[in-house]
Amino acid sequence: MAGILVYAEVAEAGPAAIALELLSKARELGQVDAVALGPGAREAAVRLGAYGARRVFLNDDRAFAEYLAEPATDCLAALIQRESPDLILFGFTSDSREVAGRLGARLDVGVISNALDISSAGGGYTAQVPYFGGARVASYRANNHPAIVLVRPKSFEASESGGQAEMVEIEAAIAEGSRRSRISERHDEVSDQVKLEDARIVVAGGRGLGGPENFALVEGLASALGGAAGATRAIVDAGWVPYSFQIGQTGKTVRPGVYIAAGISGAMQHTVGMKGAKVIVAINKDAQAPILKLADLGVVGDVTKILPRLTEAVKAKRGA
Amino acid sequence: MKIAVTVKQVPDPNGTPGLDSDNTLMRDREVVLDPGDEYGIEEALQLKDKAGGEVLLVSMGPDKARDAIRKGLSMGADRGVLISDPQLAGADALLTAKALAAAIRAEAVDLVVCATESYDGSTGMVPPMLAELLGVPQLTFAKQVEVTGQRLTVHRQTEAGYQVLEAELPALITVTAGIAEPRYASLKGIMAARSKEVKVMSLAELAVEPGRPAESVESIEDAAARAAGEIVEDDGTSGVERIMAALTAAKVI
Repeated sequence: MAGILVYAEVAEAGPAAIALELLSKARELGQVDAVALGPGAREAAVRLGAYGARRVFLNDDRAFAEYLAEPATDCLAALIQRESPDLILFGFTSDSREVAGRLGARLDVGVISNALDISSAGGGYTAQVPYFGGARVASYRANNHPAIVLVRPKSFEASESGGQAEMVEIEAAIAEGSRRSRISERHDEVSDQVKLEDARIVVAGGRGLGGPENFALVEGLASALGGAAGATRAIVDAGWVPYSFQIGQTGKTVRPGVYIAAGISGAMQHTVGMKGAKVIVAINKDAQAPILKLADLGVVGDVTKILPRLTEAVKAKRGA
Repeated sequence: MKIAVTVKQVPDPNGTPGLDSDNTLMRDREVVLDPGDEYGIEEALQLKDKAGGEVLLVSMGPDKARDAIRKGLSMGADRGVLISDPQLAGADALLTAKALAAAIRAEAVDLVVCATESYDGSTGMVPPMLAELLGVPQLTFAKQVEVTGQRLTVHRQTEAGYQVLEAELPALITVTAGIAEPRYASLKGIMAARSKEVKVMSLAELAVEPGRPAESVESIEDAAARAAGEIVEDDGTSGVERIMAALTAAKVI
């Protein structure tokens, strides 16, 4: 029986969180296999099994980590021809989307991207996709075989199934001409702060802070709360903070217990990445700002005055 | 160096666009060149300034999309190609990529420059599909680009930092907003753009067959709204007090 194939991003440190999220959802929809390519694939296979992969197709050739998109596309195309899955799931991450797009064009099948959820009905698959900037949600029925769907990170909760995967070594099947876009260096901004996408509390800043010097107020509160600092695309584009802070459509998706929006108007581009937060607190001087419609608590006031006082109050309370 | 930049006309991010009854975006009002495309045009113009050559803008859309091309031409691009065909209404990413690929292939360019994704569609699928259809490598999320002879080096922004990518031309890059500050069109540029060529092409002229779209729309509903919260006006102390109470209730302090 044909089934679902999850493209599991792996690194030497283990499978990516999104791979486990996708497997957890996919096993509700049918029989699910995973494919893991590159260094760390073998080690990742055990965990992929524990999250629901029945089989893990793997190859740990270094070329998958050394060259962007093309080697993985070659290998996947060969695997799909043999296994003929009905549905292939990718994370909507910067690495997976490169592969998914090339694969769709190679197989001549369209791709449903940026999905928030997926369900099966009547022998097919339907994906929920933010539409019109996120104000609406469209249900798209996939027309092609295989259906290729990219799902935003943090759309599903990862949960263990306790299963054990059969490991299936596959051919790398990399064409000679596919070693082209070479990753010659990797620079990771190492930070001892809590990781933004895993933080229980996120304090994020936007243009309403007034200037880059005031981002320190956001970081100060985040640190007092033991959380992480984030930012809107507007201030990342303006160069106030690096892209690794960006939350939203083109940045990270977060689902913290508490999200504090400081000087953020609430453009859809941003809110699609944070509206899954449990409690949203917004501080904005504009009482009409769209973010206040999302917020559980909206404070209309001067963010540059409120943040320092709030940080002091948090420190006093936590110190007590 | 011959560079093609893909550009798209989108609803004005600062405007209030609507939806037509068939759930396609109303493109007849408040439409602009996708702000994300201005970075690609700027980067292409800077590469041309250094190495010489030509910057070609390629777009797909209704006749009105000429305005988006015209804006790029007034920034300094040399020519435009507009793929316009009634059969392209509601085109998915694959059909879009096929049409763009056909137009670009006819031009034999050294470099294709795209935004990482469009402002309105946000699928991010056209650039990798286009690279595959053109048979070129993709170097994506560029925040820095260097071309030395046939050698292309890109600093690729990642979730954790950046990578250095290298490849030989021809190639496709996608650029991030941080790459360069788009120039304003000068009056001279605006005047010059009026006489620059914009060639309009149909799908038949490009020999592209519309295939089956990736998806059929089953329904479109309003996104689940969060329950209305409480709004308080800060009077100097009330804001902090209310937030402290909310943080305490959420058990994070």
